[in-house]
Amino acid sequence: MATIQISFNGATENELSLDKDSITIGRKSDNDIHLDNLAVSGHHAKILTILHDSFIEDLGSTNGTFLNGSAIKKSALSNGDVIKIGQHEIKYINSNSNADDDFEKTMIINTGSAGMQETEGSEEIEQSVGKIVAEIASSDSGNSSQKKARIRLISGANSGKELALTKVLTTLGKPGIQVAAITRRPTGYFLIHIDGGDNGEHPKVNNEIIGSKAHPLTDNDTLEVAGVNMTFLLE
Amino acid sequence: MNLNDKINITGITDEGLVRDHNEDSIGHNDELGLLVLADGMGGHKGGEVASAIAVDSILQDLNKALPQIITGKIDESTGYSLESMAIEKAIKDANLKIYNAAQNNPNYEGMGTTVVVLLLYDNRITVAHVGDSRLYRMRDRILEQMTRDHTLLQELVDRGFYTKKEANESLNKNLVTRAVGVNPAVDVDLLEDIALINDTYLLCSDGLTDMIDDNLIEDILLNYRDDQDRMTQELIKQAKDHGGKDNVSVLIANVLKEFSVNSSWINKFFDIFS
Repeated sequence: MATIQISFNGATENELSLDKDSITIGRKSDNDIHLDNLAVSGHHAKILTILHDSFIEDLGSTNGTFLNGSAIKKSALSNGDVIKIGQHEIKYINSNSNADDDFEKTMIINTGSAGMQETEGSEEIEQSVGKIVAEIASSDSGNSSQKKARIRLISGANSGKELALTKVLTTLGKPGIQVAAITRRPTGYFLIHIDGGDNGEHPKVNNEIIGSKAHPLTDNDTLEVAGVNMTFLLE
Repeated sequence: MNLNDKINITGITDEGLVRDHNEDSIGHNDELGLLVLADGMGGHKGGEVASAIAVDSILQDLNKALPQIITGKIDESTGYSLESMAIEKAIKDANLKIYNAAQNNPNYEGMGTTVVVLLLYDNRITVAHVGDSRLYRMRDRILEQMTRDHTLLQELVDRGFYTKKEANESLNKNLVTRAVGVNPAVDVDLLEDIALINDTYLLCSDGLTDMIDDNLIEDILLNYRDDQDRMTQELIKQAKDHGGKDNVSVLIANVLKEFSVNSSWINKFFDIFS
């Protein structure tokens, strides 16, 4: 199991095992690791642990969380990493992390029910894994696929006209000149090049020509298909 | 419409070099342009049972349902094609069958399976998947992974805890966050896209993608693009040459000709500029 060593101005104060799936660090007394120093925010950061691996996440602290000298928002931890919070240093020790891994069988984390199902005799997996995965899954995903989208033409004869993207797959363009499609995937909306006519030209997003792969769209992107400009709008 | 001469489908499933039985299942219906691949897991012998139920059940359901569908119609509430809705339903039905089988037989307790389904129809595709079996597309010599794994690792990448490189080095590689047959209900990811002539679609289990990387897959699809049988064999061979630690399965569909229900696919495009 991974451990952390907490030191202040170079002197080790404390050492503990990462035996909980989530350990909070902050100035307030309700944190798992209580750092009583004004440079530390009330709820400063947390360390998530999932099986063999741990992750540090800054909780929007005033003075930041530093990993090996760089300010981070979220990061995976490796053996020997040093997290700096104010004048405190937290060293992450995980002697397993470089071990040569046996190729493990795939296991199912059951996030659908209260705990998780143990399969393939995985005694290491505790009930908490399902819970923390659900927590991670429900955090900021930035997934736009649940939102409604539309496009607004901003050039040509129909400038100002809007089209709601009610279908999962909507084709745009002029046959023989340029045809593209917007598709809604579970991961968001994408623009796809389909046919470039005689010139084989691909459509543009924000003035950049897109390739053959599906191109992810974000709110207010400007698209150019068959010489017509339009704005992609998310609800 | 019979797609036999428009889409060429090949597939191999192989035990690999380490496992003593094969928990993957594959199946296809060439007339319908339908491909199904499943990677089972859990329980004593449960994995191969789960994946076999999934493939058989989905092929049978869709063999009945698809011919009833009028191509081109859209489900008003979701915006998906009726074909997509039928595929989702077939996976949910398979889910319930596997779940019930696991409830009724202690040997099958905890079994589940990934599934990835590809249907080609009317110059389009629908892809449906649950778990970490993937669909790739090769178009214009570029390989694109179209499905997003339902794994802990992918969740962590999506949420910024891992870079892709760190994720490849993680030990938590094989934790699937969604599977068919584990709960009474399952969420299915669906995507629709346009199919073009010369597209190559590859469905595979993680026994391929854990052994060889996307660059090598791309090379194989490029090098053998004129010989689909050898392309299929070479993917399996390379997975085994690189360890073969898991069962490995591939299903490949190549688009040889247009397969629109109307004469010219381009006429059917919605033209917002006219």
